[in-house]
Amino acid sequence: MFSESDITALLLTLKLAGISTLVLILFGTPLAWWLAKSAWRFKFLLEALLALPLVLPPTVLGFYLLVAFSPQSSIGHAFESIVGQPLAFSFTGLVVGSVIYSLPFVIQPLQNAFIAVGRRPLEVAATLRASPSDRFFSVVVPLAKPGFLSAAVLGFAHTLGEFGVVLMIGGNIPGETQVASIAIYEHVESMQLASAHWLSAALLLISFCLLVLVYAANPKARVLRL
Amino acid sequence: MSLELKLKLAHGNFELDIDQVFASQGVTAIYGPSGSGKTSVLRAIAGLDKSASGLIKFNNRIWQNGSEFIATHQRALAYVFQEPSLFEHMSVRANVEYGFNRVPPKQRIISSDEAIQALGICGLLDRDTQTLSGGEKQRVAIARALCSSPDLLLMDEPLSALDKRSKTEILPMLVALRDKLSMPIIYVSHSLNEVARLADHLVLMEQGRVIASGDIQSMLTQLDLSLAKDVDAESLVDAIVVAHDEQFELTYLDSSVGRFSVLRRPLAVGEKVRLLIAARDVSITRQQQQDTSILNIFPAIIEQIESVGTAQVTVRLKANNLPILARLTRKSAALMNLAVGDSVYLQAKSVAIL
Repeated sequence: MFSESDITALLLTLKLAGISTLVLILFGTPLAWWLAKSAWRFKFLLEALLALPLVLPPTVLGFYLLVAFSPQSSIGHAFESIVGQPLAFSFTGLVVGSVIYSLPFVIQPLQNAFIAVGRRPLEVAATLRASPSDRFFSVVVPLAKPGFLSAAVLGFAHTLGEFGVVLMIGGNIPGETQVASIAIYEHVESMQLASAHWLSAALLLISFCLLVLVYAANPKARVLRL
Repeated sequence: MSLELKLKLAHGNFELDIDQVFASQGVTAIYGPSGSGKTSVLRAIAGLDKSASGLIKFNNRIWQNGSEFIATHQRALAYVFQEPSLFEHMSVRANVEYGFNRVPPKQRIISSDEAIQALGICGLLDRDTQTLSGGEKQRVAIARALCSSPDLLLMDEPLSALDKRSKTEILPMLVALRDKLSMPIIYVSHSLNEVARLADHLVLMEQGRVIASGDIQSMLTQLDLSLAKDVDAESLVDAIVVAHDEQFELTYLDSSVGRFSVLRRPLAVGEKVRLLIAARDVSITRQQQQDTSILNIFPAIIEQIESVGTAQVTVRLKANNLPILARLTRKSAALMNLAVGDSVYLQAKSVAIL
């Protein structure tokens, strides 16, 4: 059924998707909040930049990331001198790539949810002595819960299905960068179709169960309806 | 306690420019047509509109002055919006307790039970906010505001979005709150009736400016102001319940105008009430009528006569120094040859009690 390396690849995929989702929510929330609230006149430039991963071929994104990760670039050099290992072809590099690649899938539902909350509930909370952070956690987060759920599911699922970017910046190192989608590709390349079947079915099942769980828990919420 | 405002604000074509000291007690109504800037003033006081510049000083504490700006949550106020704006993700009880939980126990002046009782929302506490009617929602919103124990309560047309039944239900609750609470209330409204029933002081606004301000009795009866020109123009008399007539089922009330007789009401002797007399329900006679069905007849002196439209006049009478308005046809005034300084009798056909 599953070889040991297949299970490693599956677990690595889930780990990558989990960590990336966590990072995406942590960084995406303040960014989406700012986008929803700011009246900066050049905001559209940033919005266009953040939406780029939606339209760019993953190989293009992967190529530029690879360039940025190389020890010759300032980013790659700085990372290597601090952490002691290169960013390219590492799990950390994959997380960075996934976060950038899936950012629009997290930002957009959050931004829409924040806009939908509107100004009034925040004004009411302010007149009832709630500080800005108190208002965010007691009013915005619960009201934007469907948005958070959409963002997390989309971020997770999108990372689960990542292929091109990983291929460019991660390569195919078992236990480090060999995620399920890459392992499937390799199985097909080497004519191990049965193994490819099993791994594909596993990804399909995981993705489907995840979505079923979310839709079942939020029958009325606008999850994943983009 | 006092609230001092010197505010300027511009939104497109609209300009607000006011310099006003608000009364430290009771209800001050900000009254004026829509678009006159009433809500802008209220939002600025609350710190919800940061584009207003100038000075806001409450109880010797500067809330805003030049670049100094105290954030809304640090101002000891509460705000009731025109729409109830309940937190939909919380139960009714959690809504009511939201502000209460954020006030340090020592600063609490109202318990949530008191507020719940005053607004009659005991039976709603475990309901989902979405299942409440408009009137119920607004009662919860008012209780929620009170529970934050504000030093100043701001209300922005809290009844205007409600149906008539809810209005008549909530207004007496607000009157009771006014008499019970020590905090000043600023009440924005464009309903003359609400203002007359509730307010102690009135600030009249038009096109971003304060046209006039003063105590409610004199403001209602100033013939040069829009209030006395309104179809619903009315006069206000403070009275006290003196006796009930068992035989005729009447209640007698004493005021500085004289003794009023009204249909018996379940009021305690000694209770203070407010009487409202619509200008159109007041008629004038030269002699004291003997053969009339009207009970409430008082001597008065004509102080001022002003035309309203083309067919009517409003007469401002002084009955023992209290101003009362009478709305007559221009023809009646001419036939009776009414003139300023004449001694006459006023007859009030109906009197509303609050």
